[in-house]
Amino acid sequence: MTTETSAAAGFDRDRLTAALQDYGVYAAIVVLLAVNTALAPRFLSLENLRVQLFQAVPVLVVALGMALVIGTEGIDLSVGAVIAIAAALIPLYLGYGPWPAVAVALVGGAASGLVGGGLVAFARVQPIVATLALMIGLRGLAVILNGATAKPVNDPQIGGLGLDSWLGVPEMAWLAVVLVAVVAFLVRRTTFGRQLTAIGDNRAASALAGLPVRRVLLTVYVISGVLAAFAGVLIVGHGGYADPANYGLYYELSAITAVVVGGTPLSGGKVRVLGTAAGALFMQLITATLIQHDVKSSYEQMVEAVIIVAAVYAARGRAGR
Amino acid sequence: MVDPVLRVERVSKRFPGVHALREVDFELRPGEVHALVGENGAGKSTLIKVVTGVYQADAGVVRYRGEPVSFASPLDAQRAGISTIYQEVNLIPLMSVARNLFLNREPRRFGLVDGARMRREAEEILRDYGVEVNVARPLRSLGLGARQMVAIARAVRVSTSAARVVVMDEPTSSLEQREVETLFGVVERLRAAGIAIVYVSHRLDELYRICDRVTVMRDGRVVHTSPMADIDRLTLISLMLGRDVEQLRREGTTAFRAHHSGDQLDDGVPVLRAQGLTSRHRIQDVSLRVRRREVVGLGGLLGAGRSETAKAVVGALRTDAGSVEIDGRRVRRNSTAAAIRAGAVMLPEDRKSEGIIPNLSVRENIVLAALPRVSRAGLVDRAKQDEIVRYFMDRLKIRASGPDQKVSELSGGNQQKVMLARWLCLNPKVLLLDEPTRGIDVGAKAEVQAVIDELAADGLAVVLISSDLEELIEGSDRVIVLKEGRQVGELTGADVTESVLMSTLAGAPSGVDRDGAADDH
Repeated sequence: MTTETSAAAGFDRDRLTAALQDYGVYAAIVVLLAVNTALAPRFLSLENLRVQLFQAVPVLVVALGMALVIGTEGIDLSVGAVIAIAAALIPLYLGYGPWPAVAVALVGGAASGLVGGGLVAFARVQPIVATLALMIGLRGLAVILNGATAKPVNDPQIGGLGLDSWLGVPEMAWLAVVLVAVVAFLVRRTTFGRQLTAIGDNRAASALAGLPVRRVLLTVYVISGVLAAFAGVLIVGHGGYADPANYGLYYELSAITAVVVGGTPLSGGKVRVLGTAAGALFMQLITATLIQHDVKSSYEQMVEAVIIVAAVYAARGRAGR
Repeated sequence: MVDPVLRVERVSKRFPGVHALREVDFELRPGEVHALVGENGAGKSTLIKVVTGVYQADAGVVRYRGEPVSFASPLDAQRAGISTIYQEVNLIPLMSVARNLFLNREPRRFGLVDGARMRREAEEILRDYGVEVNVARPLRSLGLGARQMVAIARAVRVSTSAARVVVMDEPTSSLEQREVETLFGVVERLRAAGIAIVYVSHRLDELYRICDRVTVMRDGRVVHTSPMADIDRLTLISLMLGRDVEQLRREGTTAFRAHHSGDQLDDGVPVLRAQGLTSRHRIQDVSLRVRRREVVGLGGLLGAGRSETAKAVVGALRTDAGSVEIDGRRVRRNSTAAAIRAGAVMLPEDRKSEGIIPNLSVRENIVLAALPRVSRAGLVDRAKQDEIVRYFMDRLKIRASGPDQKVSELSGGNQQKVMLARWLCLNPKVLLLDEPTRGIDVGAKAEVQAVIDELAADGLAVVLISSDLEELIEGSDRVIVLKEGRQVGELTGADVTESVLMSTLAGAPSGVDRDGAADDH
């Protein structure tokens, strides 16, 4: 009798841990919102939420691509540098009009992804090594393209990206929702999504099952590159400057954190898209909370470090199973 | 009579939803080799885990050397003298062979690991086990069999100081014949030293060769214990399966029916025609022809090139020369995707690392290779997918809580059926099976064999690799015998017997000097 109750309790605790790993990030967001509102009612104001959103979206966009890469048991450290590349390309091609400039920036992102993905898929370089090299090289290239000083980008169309509202909600929010929906659909309903998770879970078996392993890997890195470049466009637009030396610094880490906090295991084989979006919002709320209380940004980084460790620690049990 | 070294009395163990052990009694005497048999899920593993401290019993007593004990952990049990060799090779691939052998018990000098002494002793120990390797190299550079020997040497070494009980869980599953003999030698030595051995294996031949007594488990209960010599094979199998002896006698122990008649039924144009397959250091000039409705076995020892041949056919092993034709059409070399499109599929030997996608569901695993065929414009057609999954789960009797269950949670036999379903839903023309029944329980084994039979009867060309001789002989219409990567013989018709296979293997000259021709090197 006693043994049965204790077995049942153990079982429940397992389920609790699993639930915490799966949904903890959503709970954490609610808690952060509640705490901030309690301390400063202004926090829930439309104006502030709008600010939070605008700052969270670029990380979210990058994190979505990162989640796909991590789903294949890879990692993409080059995303921050790709943001810089996009930032460097825009002023160079702004003369042809805002949209051609944006298109060139996105192509630049795709090309970067092609190089990184090519190294991983065809040359079989480890993802961390391939994208680390790319991260260093692309940052240098961006500074060469642009020069060391920041250039103003005074284009109303790029600057106004997502600022308008539709149905009372800023377009930036719609954009985020649509992107999340598209990536979630990609992962859950398409052949590509299935192949991606299968390859991340067991690459050898996937290859033997005839899956187009190299093509899928290459595509994933290209998607990550394009999304990072798109984040770069948003950042340049809202900043009003192109500053390749400083834009996108540490973005790879923020994106990885968002993905991990959102419950996607680093060991691959699973992609949690909604969790990743929540992870990006969560990271932004942490930053906002700390700013609200005048905590220095160096402390903020330390808090971020603690969160990464905590999230990976929480995910540990699941990976072991 | 000698006092038992270990005695399990009325032990029960429950897990949520499962009654894994029901009042089990088990007795182990010093110096005996005691076979523990049963289908997967019969309770063997749970019993072993209770004895070795992985689990604690819910009820009942475990007595070790007369005293009631309850080990808190495997380490605890090991200290007391009960050590276990697990089925999964439990070693560290990147560490050197010597370090693996001495892990946690390294010889020390001035507080530091004495590397030279460790390597010297490791070499001596392994030589006793017939393993001649450079012990300074990482473990992963060894073959699976040699790795298993290192694991055994390690467990025995842990034990010989104090051990009285050694548990061997499927110790021979990755060993080749010669290594099995060495292992049996080790078992003899342990027995002579008065150590009691619990021997878990699906291979009946081995049990009859080295075990003194046998305990049969079924559904969490012990259904039989006796000296090994007092029970014949059929009775033993019928006890494991809970089936009637007479029925088994009529139908044979494998589920294969009479041989197929590929020869008469077809006009002789082979579905699969592989010629001169060559891959450096692995296979040399191997050719294969398989007709519809024909099962061609590949015979040979571990390392003879059987798996390599199968892999070369489906493009999973890089070949330097040779060609593969399916239905008369040449297949692009070195591409699994091309081979699959042409209709040649292979069930890999290592289900865990090359077969299943562990964290995906049964459904996703089944349709994995068929994804392009159940998709339209890159989108998975769920209705079509579910129809296929339902059909194959039904037809192959895949036992899972549902198509959403993670495949890694299934038993080995059901995982193997999922793998079969993955290939069968592609409607292949040629099916290559590499050890299709290895490590799966007797019931699932019979089911898989029956499916192979049916598929061949339905017109598939099948290539069968099995180190279970009975299965190879009863299942194949012809057997091609490989040795050291070369074809050394072919058994047809009435010659498809164990003894002819054995004599071919024993008598055939080694591949290199065959025909006396000067071979390229």
